[in-house]
Amino acid sequence: MKKQLLSMNVNDETIEVAVEASASLLEVLRDELGYIGVKEGCSEGACGACTVLMDGRPVRSCLTLALEAEGSSITTIEGLASGGQLHPIQQAFVDRGAVQCGFCTPGMILSAKALLDHNPNPSDEEIKDALAGNFCRCTGYAKILDAVCSLRPASSSKPGR
Amino acid sequence: MLPNFKYVRPGSVEEAIDHLTSEGARVHAGGTDLLGCLRDNVFGALKVVSINALDDLRGIRQTPDRGVRIGALATITQVENHELINERYKGLAMGASEVASPQLRNQGTIGGNICQKPRCWYYRGEFHCIRKGGNLCYAFGGENQFHCIFGSDKKCCIVHPSDIAPALVAFDARVRVSGHKGDRLVPIEKFYVLPGEDVERETVLEAGEIVTEIILPPIIEGTRSSYRKVRARRSWDFALAGVALALVLKGGKVESGRVVLSGAAPVPWRSHTVEKVIIGQKLDSKTITRAAETAVHNAEPLAKNSYKIPLFKAIIEEELTKIAIG
Ligand SMILES: Cc1cc2nc3c(=O)[nH]c(=O)nc-3n(C[C@H](O)[C@H](O)[C@H](O)COP(=O)(O)OP(=O)(O)OC[C@H]3O[C@@H](n4cnc5c(N)ncnc54)[C@H](O)[C@@H]3O)c2cc1C
Ligand code: SF4
Ligand code: FES
Ligand code: FES
Repeated sequence: MKKQLLSMNVNDETIEVAVEASASLLEVLRDELGYIGVKEGCSEGACGACTVLMDGRPVRSCLTLALEAEGSSITTIEGLASGGQLHPIQQAFVDRGAVQCGFCTPGMILSAKALLDHNPNPSDEEIKDALAGNFCRCTGYAKILDAVCSLRPASSSKPGR
Repeated sequence: MLPNFKYVRPGSVEEAIDHLTSEGARVHAGGTDLLGCLRDNVFGALKVVSINALDDLRGIRQTPDRGVRIGALATITQVENHELINERYKGLAMGASEVASPQLRNQGTIGGNICQKPRCWYYRGEFHCIRKGGNLCYAFGGENQFHCIFGSDKKCCIVHPSDIAPALVAFDARVRVSGHKGDRLVPIEKFYVLPGEDVERETVLEAGEIVTEIILPPIIEGTRSSYRKVRARRSWDFALAGVALALVLKGGKVESGRVVLSGAAPVPWRSHTVEKVIIGQKLDSKTITRAAETAVHNAEPLAKNSYKIPLFKAIIEEELTKIAIG
């Protein structure tokens, strides 16, 4: 079938690309445009590895048609670091040992970013809720929670239980 | 990979309806259920009609009679967080907050949620069961731990997957359906179809029809409501058992109201038996115990889901107790 033109903004760059109507946002970002930080896990909306921000909101790129992103702004993990500096959330994940294999990390960090952007001082509960759609097979979540908690203003370094 | 299809994004409801009358056309709202179904080949699509440019279908607002109108494209997050809904239709806000994960609630719409397809693993897998036009239900003699205990009509034992629809039934919401022949307002209870009526459809929607809005009637003074869901994992999961309550209490007695079960039947299941026990009564522990007992009286558990019987009893008892306390 004929491809359709998609125009969107990815990590502050305007992008035009011809896509199949049936291509998912995940496929276009990862396979066509090379944003390989967008991971494909389950492809059914369960694991959260494919999370990207669409106009600031975390969405499942595996369950989003690329053409639905027309005119929107997408943030992938590649868009977080700037000038060779890790984004504070990335740095906190590194510092707190919240990364093991790293497969869940991009999605996890983007979900955390969406939370902290509109709620800079979330409670432990709010953090757990915001990350509930991101699965991690390695860390047992404690260090991830620890990393996000450490970003609260005047954070005590230990997450409460 | 998804099968190939045409994609259109019409600018008006009329145009959308025109597109939807063509062979193999499917509505796309948030896409979170549609894309899963297409990828798993539950059904095909020749044309995907995105309704996301239809701004009239967005928004939540009060109606002139102090009811609430929820546009079909309102996201589940918007329903969950809306002030009026939290204030007056608490059970609906609670239901919305129990849906899937935050990302899916951002993306999924209320229209898509009430129209979502069953989650039966045979249906989602490669089994050509009755619901897909075959001649066998694989769940009756198979892995039926997540299937229904009411309303299978011995044909298909799915449970309705929505956490929002039970609350909408409890509040007696109506669904506006638009098609070529115009509009109709369907009470949400009548929106769903039992396997005995037609095993190949879940709703009364005809080809070329879309849901445009959901209307909540004005709240009756003294209404208390809630939604309770039990699931296997905390992060996200469909309901093993759930109950939506919207009860009007006056002078300590239940004057009217509805009790609706999720995870129980192929449609959001109104428990008329529980309603009969509690209406006109004080919600004391005797009434509550009797209500919980009768709720599962005529249940028909399958080989692997009889655990649902004590589960329903327990949550109905607990939720009625909470409502009684207020
Ligand atoms: C991993 C996962 C977990 C989930 N857990 C839960 C849960 O716990 N509880 C729960 O309630 N749900 C759950 N869901 C389902 C989820 O809530 C639905 O996928 C979502 O609400 C569908 O909304 P949507 O806008 O994305 O619909 P879409 O995917 O766009 O559409 C869903 C279906 O409805 C049709 N449709 C959509 N809008 C309309 C309309 N306006 N008129 C007519 N037809 C329409 C489409 O053609 C399609 O068949 C889960 C889904 C996933 C993927
Ligand atoms: S329960 Fe329904 S959907 Fe599942 S296999 Fe049986 S007929 Fe198919
Ligand atoms: S790959 Fe999208 S949620 Fe798992
Ligand atoms: S670090 Fe391996 S899945 Fe989370």
